[in-house]
Amino acid sequence: MHGVVQYIQSYLDSNQTPGAAGNFFWATVYILLVFVGLSLAVIAMNWLERKILAHMQVRLGPMRVGPHGLLQPIADALKLLLKEDIIPAEADKTVFWVAPFIVVLAAFTVFVVVPFGPTHAITDMNIGILFMLGVSSLSVLGIVTAGWASNSHYPLIGALRSSAQMVSYEVAMGLAVVSVILMTSLNEASTGTLSMIGIVEAQQAQAQWFIFKFFPLGLIGFFIFAVAMVAETNRAPFDLPEAESELTAGFHTEYSGFRWSLFFLAEYSAMIAVSSIAVTLWLGGWLRPFPNALQGPTWDLVFSLIPGLTFLFLAGMTFYSTVRMPKHPLFRIQTMGLAGFGAFLALVGLILFIPGVRIRVQDIFWFSAKVAGFMYLYIWYRGTFPRYRFDQLMKVGWKVLLPTGLALLILTAVVAMRTELLAEIRGAWRP
Amino acid sequence: MTDPRSLSPLDLETPDQTFLDANELVINMGPQHPATHGVLRVILRLDGEKVLGLECVIGYLHRGVEKIAENRTYTMFNPYVDRMDYVAAVSNGLGYCEAVEKLLSVEAPPRAQYIRVILTELNRMASHQLWLGTHALDIGAITPLFYTFRDREEILKIFEKYCGARLTTHAFRIGGLQYEAYEGFEKDVKTFVSFVKPKIDEYEELLTTNRIWLERTKGVGVISDKDCIALGVTGPVLRASGVKWDLRKAQPYANYKNFEFDIPTGENGDTYDRYMVRMMEMRQSLRIIEQAVEGIPEGPVMAKVPKVMKPPVGEVYHSIEAPKGELGYFIVSDGSTQPYRIRVRPPSFVNLQALDLMCRGQLVADVIAVIGTLDIVLGEVDR
Repeated sequence: MHGVVQYIQSYLDSNQTPGAAGNFFWATVYILLVFVGLSLAVIAMNWLERKILAHMQVRLGPMRVGPHGLLQPIADALKLLLKEDIIPAEADKTVFWVAPFIVVLAAFTVFVVVPFGPTHAITDMNIGILFMLGVSSLSVLGIVTAGWASNSHYPLIGALRSSAQMVSYEVAMGLAVVSVILMTSLNEASTGTLSMIGIVEAQQAQAQWFIFKFFPLGLIGFFIFAVAMVAETNRAPFDLPEAESELTAGFHTEYSGFRWSLFFLAEYSAMIAVSSIAVTLWLGGWLRPFPNALQGPTWDLVFSLIPGLTFLFLAGMTFYSTVRMPKHPLFRIQTMGLAGFGAFLALVGLILFIPGVRIRVQDIFWFSAKVAGFMYLYIWYRGTFPRYRFDQLMKVGWKVLLPTGLALLILTAVVAMRTELLAEIRGAWRP
Repeated sequence: MTDPRSLSPLDLETPDQTFLDANELVINMGPQHPATHGVLRVILRLDGEKVLGLECVIGYLHRGVEKIAENRTYTMFNPYVDRMDYVAAVSNGLGYCEAVEKLLSVEAPPRAQYIRVILTELNRMASHQLWLGTHALDIGAITPLFYTFRDREEILKIFEKYCGARLTTHAFRIGGLQYEAYEGFEKDVKTFVSFVKPKIDEYEELLTTNRIWLERTKGVGVISDKDCIALGVTGPVLRASGVKWDLRKAQPYANYKNFEFDIPTGENGDTYDRYMVRMMEMRQSLRIIEQAVEGIPEGPVMAKVPKVMKPPVGEVYHSIEAPKGELGYFIVSDGSTQPYRIRVRPPSFVNLQALDLMCRGQLVADVIAVIGTLDIVLGEVDR
């Protein structure tokens, strides 16, 4: 008994991720936490997307299920679970059954290496970024099998489009990532790293987020990745595989109910996953903003208060909406629910002020805040852009992003080694 | 330039090999498809994503409107025409009423003419707004739809105030109008004009210079002026190919000759030009409405028309410029209270013939764009 407690406690003193410490208990806890957090994020994202998109389009969005439609995602999930599970008669049943699981598995597995903080990751692999890119591209397999197994024209075309798109954009994406990996090797120790935590620590050590490194090279790399990641996750304006107006629903046309919701879950968690990569590689991961301009213990304190203040602000907004709810008795329960939700947010905000909690969660907060910014961008794209055509999409991928990525890689290398190169040239010129 | 008559019909007799090993793929789009604007069924023959040819299958919304006309009196048939092009019901009504008036040799009084022009042009706006929203939605921009529907709502409110109905208005009667314009009609129309002018700029801001929109519409679904004429294509599609043909100017009906307006034309006959032509047409419609609402004369709104209409034996063809093109009514009278035969020349039906020509060699995504840009209403195609 004592040994078990010691085993559990031993991790708390270590300064590592549970995976690196080899502590299976805490690793399991972290996996569960990430799984629950991710599912909650997808639910929140579902509601936010519908609301934000609605407000961009001069309408209200869900308003009926719960106050301001807050319970809508739950109602949706319930509906999907209760739906009849249809497998088309002509479909390849086994493959049809397996496909959504491949997609979900690929989308969730990448979170093993996502660093929410210096120790807040399930594990830290020394090939972290490679692992992420590799596993996330496995979802192509799921999509192709889904389209194939449906044994129907529209899903097949959707699957073909999807695989072509994901494969071509991965190339540009990889080049942008490699340019960052070059940047990590510019420490004093001069060793590059593929570890996700290592990349953030390199940014900390160089006192510069890689988006600003060798301006504008870092920015260009970030831009390439930002475009490629939208294509990679099949979202607007690159949502051809599921182009509703052309292919009805693309590769998941024949899927319904729970299986369809798995695709949905996978799509959103893939969005979060690629955004996490972008945040880790270019935006300093868990590091707080303005680490150089606003440094010192006072600013550290101020920034550590922001998570709590954010939640208090959200709570304030909720209370404001509560006051503005219609006074009719029919709305009493909704008003109470909204007030309760506001109170919950306020409570979370207050908990986040406790010094012990404050220090431990601020990393997670900054990481999530940056990812949330990307999620907003995804919604914004969807609200503003028409859809690319297939050949145009390929043109953007192969003729614009790929050459730019290659040039970027070479330029980054040249700029990074400029002193050595100059010395070489001088040496060659001097007799 | 391809002569449309030289296009070989689609060979659908070849057995469709399993799509696993064949280069060619025959897919069926519609009648249940989100982007075929109703119940159009298109059979596509594809090579990968490239369209080798297509064939339209229509008739899913056939209600036999022309046959119904033979068993109704002229007055009773009037509401039926609203159900053909249901997004431009007022224009349909205008065409029918004017055709019967021509047969009876009566003319609507000036006040009725002005109100007719205002309502018809408002309806043109509404039709174009609905087209813009759905066309943009087909190309993947989901937001313009809600903007256009928000503004179209104001037009429908005016219709509702005027005659009680929003969509199938039955606004006009043979010989003039059933209802006098309501109190404040002119003010409402003026308010609407000043309200919607900046809104058109808003739509343009969303789309006109949008890079993706340009790539998706420029050079897509090109049709030359000669092909247009050979196929009988009319309306904005014809004008976008550079032919300055608008029945409001070419053979003025109602009292369009009293108003100043331009006929916008395009050059390339591609989807982008058709988009621009329709956007400019909306502005011209506003111009006509502005002039008409200033000049509404006083007087009766109904000409002297017999209660029981028995037009003399004969036939008449009358066509108007509906939002989608030339809408013609051919009416044969045998001297009884019921028409012997009514034949409608629906613009959507004729324009739809150009779909095959416009889509050959393009990609699947372009078929959607072209169906959208033709602005068809299946109620009118099938009648």
